[in-house]
Amino acid sequence: MSDLIAQLTQRLGTHRVLTAREDILPYGFDGTATLKQLPACVAFPRDAADVSFALKLAGVSATPVVTRGSGTGLSGGSVPLAGSLVLCLVQMNRILEVDTANLTLRAEAGVITQKIYEAADAAGLFYPPDPGSMKISTIGGNVAENSGGLRGLKYGVTRDYVMGLEVVLADGSICWLGSKCVKDVAGYNLRDLFIGSEGTLGVVTQVLLKLLPRPAARQTLLAAFPSMEAAAETVSAIIAARIIPCTLEFIDQTTLRCVEDFAKVGLPRDAAAILLIETDGHPAAVADEAAQTESLCHHHGATSVRRAANATEATQLATARRSAFSALARLRPTTILEDVTVPRSELAGMIRAIGLIAQKHALTIATFGHFGDGNLHPTILTDERDHAEMHRVELAVAEIIAATLERGGTITGEHGVGLAKKPFLRAQLGDASFELLRLVKRALDPDGRLNPGKIFD
Amino acid sequence: MKSLSDLDYSVLQQCMHCGLCLPTCPTYEETQRERHSPRGRIALMRAIADGELAVSQSFGEEMYYCLGCLACTSACPAGVNYAELLETARAEVEQAGVLASPTRSLIRTLTLRVLFTRPRLLRAVGRLLWLWQASGLQALARRAGLMNLLPANLRRLEPQAPTILAKFSHQLIRPVESPASAPLNVGRSMLDVERYPSPAPASPRRVAVLTGCVQDLAFANINRATVDVLLANGCEVHTPPVQPCCGSLHAHNGDHASALALARRQLDLINPADFDAIISNAGGCGSHLRAYGHLLHDDPAYAAKAAAWSAKLRDIHEYLVEINFRAPTQPGGSNPPASGAVSAATATIAATTVTYHESCHLCHGQKVSAQPRAILRALPGVVLNECAESQWCCGSAGIYNITQPETAARLQERKVGHVRASGAQVVATANPGCHLQLQNGLAQSTGPVVTVTHPVILLAQAYAAEK
Repeated sequence: MSDLIAQLTQRLGTHRVLTAREDILPYGFDGTATLKQLPACVAFPRDAADVSFALKLAGVSATPVVTRGSGTGLSGGSVPLAGSLVLCLVQMNRILEVDTANLTLRAEAGVITQKIYEAADAAGLFYPPDPGSMKISTIGGNVAENSGGLRGLKYGVTRDYVMGLEVVLADGSICWLGSKCVKDVAGYNLRDLFIGSEGTLGVVTQVLLKLLPRPAARQTLLAAFPSMEAAAETVSAIIAARIIPCTLEFIDQTTLRCVEDFAKVGLPRDAAAILLIETDGHPAAVADEAAQTESLCHHHGATSVRRAANATEATQLATARRSAFSALARLRPTTILEDVTVPRSELAGMIRAIGLIAQKHALTIATFGHFGDGNLHPTILTDERDHAEMHRVELAVAEIIAATLERGGTITGEHGVGLAKKPFLRAQLGDASFELLRLVKRALDPDGRLNPGKIFD
Repeated sequence: MKSLSDLDYSVLQQCMHCGLCLPTCPTYEETQRERHSPRGRIALMRAIADGELAVSQSFGEEMYYCLGCLACTSACPAGVNYAELLETARAEVEQAGVLASPTRSLIRTLTLRVLFTRPRLLRAVGRLLWLWQASGLQALARRAGLMNLLPANLRRLEPQAPTILAKFSHQLIRPVESPASAPLNVGRSMLDVERYPSPAPASPRRVAVLTGCVQDLAFANINRATVDVLLANGCEVHTPPVQPCCGSLHAHNGDHASALALARRQLDLINPADFDAIISNAGGCGSHLRAYGHLLHDDPAYAAKAAAWSAKLRDIHEYLVEINFRAPTQPGGSNPPASGAVSAATATIAATTVTYHESCHLCHGQKVSAQPRAILRALPGVVLNECAESQWCCGSAGIYNITQPETAARLQERKVGHVRASGAQVVATANPGCHLQLQNGLAQSTGPVVTVTHPVILLAQAYAAEK
């Protein structure tokens, strides 16, 4: 290990290799509650060659390597192993090309998601994936976790915008996967293998992203409901009316009060639930969809429907929604966030099941999420120092997962498995599929050097 | 004794490390290292509270590398009380003595314990500094190259020292002034305001004005203007001639005991029960003054009074908007045109373009952001041109420009660049540290003259020009 640190320091300089306790302690966690470990060293590579150099050294000294961006992950994917080498890619933060002829953008892995959005926007283009932490999350982290966001319903997730990747493999070789071609079936689609691989198969160092033309118009609606069921029925009605809004977000009363305490954007505190709906596209289509959606809301018992007056107000509302998870921390010290996703037809049943589980274990569970996708974020508000309550939290999580799987759902829609969801993966996948994952891992990382212990053991 | 391990643990736990503070932190942006972010610093503090880390020199340096700008608190959805965490951590650093050196201890004693606890002594030192500057001795010494004899640190600081004004607040403001009373004859008054024709409400509002320390020595004219605009809006203004430092300097620099003592002295001097509002015009002071209720919450003798104080403490802009201040009329008595039409008379007068730089402790510490702009927009003949990053720290940050000159200089340059890019002729700001930092930064940079001022100066001038 000391040899690895010495050689890394020689190549990168002392300011890019951290080992002092005060320097590395803040790299012991990511955005996930209760998980932390102290790495041995944190290094800041400048490019793929630096990453390759570090991985080769790690091979020699048998050191586990954990890749990290801004550390906003919500499944513990970038929590280091004790004694590991952390490769922090935040200094690889250049946007290399915006190709307006081919509608692509090429960037280093450490570029902040918001900067990608802004660079596209400046060229009149649009990068849709907008995870809650987009103001600070890195695009490399988004690719590693295949992050979703508020616009998933209409526009899909990170995977749908990745055309190519530069990846450094465990042995240090540097690969380019994919191309600018819209159609490309040369060989296996290995690019997709790395998307959502949580740093266990290789280190993503560059991404080539697909961009869309910027929608000409947008309209945001905020509808308040007297019950969760009314909100859920409205969502079904919107989808049944063949309307696919860009955003169809749900926030329950506990969550909306916390969000309002922080953001002060005028959310109706008395509502049992609110829906935040955005439609975008051609101005005529937007006007039509907004009118239809508004009338569907009223028809299903909405107590009020507010239209954002302008783009600033729309952005404020979306930003407020993105703060939901963090805002819930106002209530209790520890926030255990789940990411279960069910087929949309199962939403109302799933919401009821979560309510019953909360009651059974005497826990506070606030729920918000992407109703349009069936992706829910039940968040258990607790205190990690209360061991008796934490035991009940564990039981409740297991029951939420079971209820999800019974309905044909998935344990994670957009946060990844990491450490937090690892115990439940085999139950979802079944033995054969689970073993197939391990087979792939062994093929690409035979010594288990890359982010070991994440996704599965 | 104030320490991280004694702190209510839930304050530390409040941070759920989501990272949303990172993009708003100037020191994280500078280095992109976690320890230089709010989330990283809180992790270090928590490690100390948990006994996983000792209070080390490196920890101490980190706590003082933080600007204390509190931008993180505006960004934090979880509502982490970073100000309290930082003050507690700095107090612990001072108790542990991990940064102690003879020079540092001497400077701390002289400033925190001697100078900024004795308002009369501070004024005497200010008077000497004024003599040095006004007599021409300073210019003479500079020409003779005598400054080169100073140690490097002092040589760098010397040109940054504020220009002391000829008169301090108590020489410009009477202890009690009411809308009807004749103004104090102030000789070379900064403002030629003679009468305040605003009709006093049935029961005039009684307010106390806090004059500050640096504000008193270098910007007494801002204090005068503060009184003027309150008078013009029908307030009876009480301004005790000798006021103690509010203790913000002490609290922000780990001297918790002095901060408590100064808060009590302030409460002994001004009883909140006697006033409708207590007015501060400096962002840094106001942010701390508002926290008296929390600071003294477990002091049985002062807790109730301190809570009442916090409830009545108002930033001047906030208060003016709250009492629905009177918009100044066009010079010559005509009101500004109601519609977009510009009258022939005003069209010939070029509008003054003003931009607004937000004091961190005003916008993040006190959440007062819209009100100063409302005042600037109400000024006849003034156009508000927003500059980029108006809420980003200018690098003054109390004494940060003295303790961390390199980072402070880069932030100053960044700020001056945005101010110049706005094309404004005037930059308004409401904190003496920012005021000096902008003045120095603009003077060092090339480009057209940009004047630094306080929004209430512009408002007072507009009232004065009505006649």
